[in-house]
Amino acid sequence: MDSARVRHQQYVEGKFRLADAVEDYLERIEAHKDLNAFIQVYADEARERARELDARRERGESLGDLAGLIIAVKDNIVIKDHLTTCASHILENFVSPYHATVVEKILQADGLIIGKTNLDEFAMGSSTENSYFGATRNPVDPERVPGGSSGGSAVAIAAGMADLALGSDTGGSIRQPAAFCGVVGLKPTYGRVSRYGLVAYASSLDQIGPFGRTVEDVALFTRIIAGADERDSTTVPTEVPDYLQELQRDPRDLTIGIPQEYFQEGLDGEIRTAIFQVIDRLKEEGFTLKEIRLPLTDYAIATYYIVATAEASSNLARYDGVRYGFRAEGVEDLQEMYFRTRSEGFGTEVKRRIMLGTYVLSAGYYEAYYKKAQQVRRMIKDEFDAAFREVDILITPTTPTPAFRLGEKLDDPLQMYLSDIYTVTVNLAGICALNLPIARTQQGLPIGMQLMAGMFRESDLFRLGHFIERQLTPSTQQVP
Amino acid sequence: MKYEAVIGLEVHAQLLTDSKIFCGCSTTFGAEPNSQTCPVCLGMPGVLPVLNERAVEFAIKMGLATHCKIAPFSRFARKNYFYPDLPKGYQISQYELPLCSDGYVDIELEDGTRKRIGIIRIHLEEDAGKSIHDPVLAGEDTLVDLNRCGVPLIEIVSAPDLRSPQEAYAYLVRLKQLVTYLGICDGNMEEGSLRCDANVSVRPVGSTEFGVKTEVKNMNSFRNVERALTFEINRQIQLLESGGEVVQETLLWDAHAGEARPMRSKEEAHDYRYFPEPDLVPMVIEESWVQKIRESLPELPLARKERFMEQYKLPAYDAGILTMTRELADYYEAVVTECRDYKLASNWVMGEVLRVLNERKIEITEFPISAQQLARLLNLILDETISSKIAKTVYEEMLNTGEDPAKIVEKKGLAQVTDRATIEAIVVKVLEENPKQVEQYRSGKEKVFGYFVGQVMRATRGKANPGLVNEILKEKLRE
Repeated sequence: MDSARVRHQQYVEGKFRLADAVEDYLERIEAHKDLNAFIQVYADEARERARELDARRERGESLGDLAGLIIAVKDNIVIKDHLTTCASHILENFVSPYHATVVEKILQADGLIIGKTNLDEFAMGSSTENSYFGATRNPVDPERVPGGSSGGSAVAIAAGMADLALGSDTGGSIRQPAAFCGVVGLKPTYGRVSRYGLVAYASSLDQIGPFGRTVEDVALFTRIIAGADERDSTTVPTEVPDYLQELQRDPRDLTIGIPQEYFQEGLDGEIRTAIFQVIDRLKEEGFTLKEIRLPLTDYAIATYYIVATAEASSNLARYDGVRYGFRAEGVEDLQEMYFRTRSEGFGTEVKRRIMLGTYVLSAGYYEAYYKKAQQVRRMIKDEFDAAFREVDILITPTTPTPAFRLGEKLDDPLQMYLSDIYTVTVNLAGICALNLPIARTQQGLPIGMQLMAGMFRESDLFRLGHFIERQLTPSTQQVP
Repeated sequence: MKYEAVIGLEVHAQLLTDSKIFCGCSTTFGAEPNSQTCPVCLGMPGVLPVLNERAVEFAIKMGLATHCKIAPFSRFARKNYFYPDLPKGYQISQYELPLCSDGYVDIELEDGTRKRIGIIRIHLEEDAGKSIHDPVLAGEDTLVDLNRCGVPLIEIVSAPDLRSPQEAYAYLVRLKQLVTYLGICDGNMEEGSLRCDANVSVRPVGSTEFGVKTEVKNMNSFRNVERALTFEINRQIQLLESGGEVVQETLLWDAHAGEARPMRSKEEAHDYRYFPEPDLVPMVIEESWVQKIRESLPELPLARKERFMEQYKLPAYDAGILTMTRELADYYEAVVTECRDYKLASNWVMGEVLRVLNERKIEITEFPISAQQLARLLNLILDETISSKIAKTVYEEMLNTGEDPAKIVEKKGLAQVTDRATIEAIVVKVLEENPKQVEQYRSGKEKVFGYFVGQVMRATRGKANPGLVNEILKEKLRE
């Protein structure tokens, strides 16, 4: 299957009709229904928009950078007059009265949104099993999870149901499913992409990011969705580079660091071998490599689960049954409405995190947990800043294991949390990171490599990622 | 044992910005319920707050007017609690690192002395919506109006420096005066644009330790604050005197019953779980901006009062009343730019003008007589065209018709009679017509003098110059 970049080119050149492409993609979505990647598919709307775009092309009008491309959006990003469920019973019937900024940008660039993808409820999870609409399955092996929480978007790309997809990444929710499904996924720098219209899980960690089949595709899509937004005060007015142009630059000026804390006990042997093979090839290609120490990595998971759950407990307080969404029936008074609406409306993992977050913010515990976690977070950020004074890019595994089996970790939240062990530090530090598929295990499961760079250095990730993809691991680009 | 009260006030003032603090919705009062809302202030999934700079400017104004330090770096925090009129389940407020801190205001006590009251902090926050319990509209249900939700507030926290309900009252009056002078709040307590909660404790006079305090809420007028505090101080003293102990709790003032009653414990068992608001970047305030705001501040009430005493040689009492509001002080100053008798102007503004404002329940800005017209009226008194008494008649006519005083005097022939010969003739005639009274006067019954004055005035329809009438009468009676 062609990359988004190629398909856009072909479309602009009149090589296919979008109306036909929509039928093809809808058929594939139908054929892969058992993967449960989508919560909603906008078949009629997509056909309508395809006809419009085809007509505009025929009239010779100029078309945006996403024209001809079919895009899937994670169902925690709002689209005006459409449902946004967050895979939760509590928002099952919620219709958004407004567009997320990224959705406006996609539409302005003439992208076509085909549907909303499945996720762990409110983006809380690492397997897309915590969904009110059922688990999503990995197209590589349907008995395995696609990772999460943006599992539906990763699967949509891996199985050819979309050219590009949006996810959100709070602790690894783009990179980990990208690794499990063998696609490219970017967690942009905090403040690079507007969060306006992303249903908040943990506001200081959340970031919307793209999925694609190639680094080029992800670079193309990032260029569209990035940039300051007056509706999100946490976005930063740093200029958005022309990433596709940047890709062309030889990356051998980049110094690469290998943090040993990411290669210790718990890392799957095949993943380690695959990554070191790439590292060795980089050495042969003349790259400068350095050993880097990031000793605070050990504290990352604990820090993450305090900060993230604290913010989540507050962010999810608005789902109270008063104004929108699910409200429990037959309640006697306000207290009971709150209790029952939230008890019945949220799933187990969401309730676990709300309780954890409420606890760490409580009087008497705030100093010991939340405040301490913020201090450690600051130190982790400082540690990364120091590392990026020495090197431009850090190479690590994205996940400690390849995709695990459905249900395998569902009853053991701690094991589930540990599947984010290599990804959460990036969110805590606010930096950017890319998952790059580099190999397959003997069983055929995708292996992901993570490239990390300092704030607003997405260009460096794309340059090195593109080089590795093209020069060192071309065989991983095949799609089932 | 003798007790003294220790009172600290938390005052919320609604800021007069055109739009809400974190979204672009209008803040106009009294619109159709829920019409002034958007996804942001409704707390829809996915929305983010964007800070209204004007609200920050207003808060800094109040900080500067109360001699606070303006923090170069401050941040917002979330105050978490569930309530139907709080759409996000948290209020964006400030906790650690407030915008303004460590200031004071000077209040004036009834005996004319001044007292300095510390301001611990002033911070910015958003207002909640309104829950409406209306059996006609909603039966047993509660309705929620979110128009007010997101209107900017400042919370002004005083030090526990107030020692009596009267001091608390004077402090509130001063705060209201400040916010209205600054033009950042309309200061209307009855409508809720100024709200006050109090922390109250009592202790034996001479003690330096604080007693157990209670919090009193729901006092929606200045007088109610005074009444509620008096009630609560007496309750605490009686409790201690009878061997009891004050329990730390929140009380709601019931103005009708004239008592403060404890809230149900469930309602006050709050752990707000404050933490820094991650959706807003910290506020970084440039000193140059603070300087610009400082330069834009109007003359504040106390300074203006002192200037009135100095420049217009007014007694403190007059200066205090005339500077009570910025608009009244402006009016007075406009009068005295055209009328040089400052005290006469003060008497008229404090007397006749304020009387009419009270009677008609209007503000000085709605007063039908302009400062220039009033000055012209006073000048007619000063140049003896009319007497003070006739001036009041003219004044009433001005109120009713809006006409210029000179025109009224002319039209109605009200000009004072100052011609000596004319008055003399009338005096002679009056004395001739009342020989009995003349005899009484001359035999020592000087009280009848007033009678002669009255007769002369009646004959001139009040227009004779009273000084001249006195003088000529005395002269003629001596003959």
